[in-house]
Amino acid sequence: MFNLERWQEIFETIRKNKLRTFLTGLSVASGIFILVILLAIGQGMQNGISSEFENDAANRISVWANVTSEEYKGMNPGRRIQLDNQDYALAEAKNRDKLEYKSGVYSNWGVMTSYKGETGSYRVEGVRGDYQFLENESLVAGRYINQSDLEGYEKVTVLGNRVYQDLFKGKNAIGEYLTMAGVKFKIVGIYTDPGGEREETRMFIPLTTAQRVFNAGDKLRSLVFTLKPEENFEDAVAASEAFSQQLENDLKTRHTVAPTDERAINVNNSLENAKRFYDLMDMIRWFFWGVGICTIIAGVVGVSNIMLIIVKERTKEIGIRKAIGAQPLSIIGMILHESVFVTAIAGFIGLIFGLLLIEFVGPLIETNFISNPSVDFGVAVTTVIILVVAGAVAGFFPAYRASNIKPIVALRDE
Amino acid sequence: MLYFSIMIEIKDLHKSYRTGNNSLHVLKGINFTVSEGEMVSIMGSSGSGKSTLLNILGILDEADEGTYHLDGTEIKNLNERVAAKYRNKFLGFIFQSFNLINYKSALDNVAMPLYYQGVNRNVRTEKAMHYLEKVGLANWADHLPNELSGGQKQRVAIARALASDPKVLLADEPTGALDTKTSYEVMELIQGINDEGKTILVVTHEDDIAHMTKRIVNLQDGIILDDSEVKQVRAKDAMKKALAHV
Ligand SMILES: Nc1ncnc2c1ncn2[C@@H]1O[C@H](COP(=O)(O)OP(=O)(O)OP(=O)(O)O)[C@@H](O)[C@H]1O
Ligand SMILES: [Mg+2]
Repeated sequence: MFNLERWQEIFETIRKNKLRTFLTGLSVASGIFILVILLAIGQGMQNGISSEFENDAANRISVWANVTSEEYKGMNPGRRIQLDNQDYALAEAKNRDKLEYKSGVYSNWGVMTSYKGETGSYRVEGVRGDYQFLENESLVAGRYINQSDLEGYEKVTVLGNRVYQDLFKGKNAIGEYLTMAGVKFKIVGIYTDPGGEREETRMFIPLTTAQRVFNAGDKLRSLVFTLKPEENFEDAVAASEAFSQQLENDLKTRHTVAPTDERAINVNNSLENAKRFYDLMDMIRWFFWGVGICTIIAGVVGVSNIMLIIVKERTKEIGIRKAIGAQPLSIIGMILHESVFVTAIAGFIGLIFGLLLIEFVGPLIETNFISNPSVDFGVAVTTVIILVVAGAVAGFFPAYRASNIKPIVALRDE
Repeated sequence: MLYFSIMIEIKDLHKSYRTGNNSLHVLKGINFTVSEGEMVSIMGSSGSGKSTLLNILGILDEADEGTYHLDGTEIKNLNERVAAKYRNKFLGFIFQSFNLINYKSALDNVAMPLYYQGVNRNVRTEKAMHYLEKVGLANWADHLPNELSGGQKQRVAIARALASDPKVLLADEPTGALDTKTSYEVMELIQGINDEGKTILVVTHEDDIAHMTKRIVNLQDGIILDDSEVKQVRAKDAMKKALAHV
């Protein structure tokens, strides 16, 4: 490979056979170019679709209670089940090492809220500190609810960005007091939610404060959990399903609900929904990989074809070289060296053009389904290498055959 | 030693070509010896097996039977690697159709055998230039073969054959594609090379060319009909005579 003489020989051959080199290079470069664009569009589609699913934590498990629909142990159907702090405490105690984030929630709708003459009616949710992550919220300013807020029954609140815009119109809000259901609350933070406006027209207060302010005793509207991450998605789905099932059974036992009652206790496992989403993603990914692999195969076939033609075209030259004393190995080396060199250079040129196009045009594409198309550089380089190796392998056989042709056969005039 | 060293020695050489079910027995027991410094022509009618014999001598093809010694080395069952090495070391070829590499300049064509000997580039260029000068084409070094006349192409081919400093020069109808005047010029060059001591075998079916060598071997129906030394006609004289006739 590092034989300078051979490099000179190759360069000379390439220089003297520009058209042949150009055609080989063009097919390789365009193949890689198309592949890079394809992979980028695939990635863009994945990005676009994932952004539709970012409202809440992906592995969120929520529990609501409802009225019973079946008679059980002498109790009539239609009985209202009420979740409470005890339910939360039991679930938490039993699964402490499995849970990542957890919170009980007590919420009220249509709570009249005012600040210096500006008023609005919003949903208020009493939550624990973990709820920020369960809702996938990020803070724009200030802080979130914390443990000492809960312990001290503090009258503090975190506003949704929309609420903040409504009431404060962009002025400073942190440290200000607003009135909520007749009670003054201090604003400690402002959050934004990837779910958008609907999710941002809420205010959060400490759960304990909410239960006290709304006279709820120890009632909870819902329980919300996420589990610690697993090695892979399949494990995560399995763990999440097992946890949901166990939680449902425990709650049914505690509230004396028939095991077959499907209405009284409602466990919503968003990972199951996510699974459908991931399946779709997988399909998209497989589709683009499939198309990509087909492109590579087409490229390999193209390169092999060209190699075949080149070797055929050079049969006489090979005969001459052999008559003059070229070793069979040096013939193979010459052909492969040239083809690997040309495909590698052309491949990287195609790669660079593809990447440049994505770099400059990619950010301009912003539809519902495609966002920020991009391509994993490693994958792209791997593809180029695959194509180069494939070209070499494909070139090897005709080169090997050519190197074994007897010079008299190669030199025979047609 | 008292005798000239023997360059080529073949004994009872047989060669058949099989095409489908038919077998064509081309060489039917050839025996002959060529000493160092000889200049031999091989004659015979078309299809008599001249090229076949020369290809075997050139290790481009293999005999079915018989032995072949080239400069004391037995040539037998060689794989392509060794065959290529021997061709490069012992032999120089001159073909009727020149067989130059068409995208390489005259100089690079001549340098080619040296490349395969592993000679470095500078030495290669220098040596190739020397042989181009020898065949009178120093001014044409940068030209591609298709910019040269037939005679010039054959001179480049001769320079190439000489470049690796072979023991034996094998020429298959070197003047077959050339007119009389150019043929004589090429023969003059080849005679000069022989004068310097190189062993040369020339296949031809032209009498005048054959008489410019020192010995004529006549092939017919796959055997040597006649093998005799002749008085060498110098190409230069033949040329003068030819010109006088015009
Ligand atoms: N590769 C081959 N396969 C089959 N038959 C062949 C092959 N090469 C040569 N022959 C046959 O062998 C015979 C001798 O061929 P060769 O080329 O040695 O003749 P030649 O004396 O050189 O003739 P010419 O003067 O026409 O060049 C011919 O009949 C030819 O058809
Ligand atoms: Mg012939």
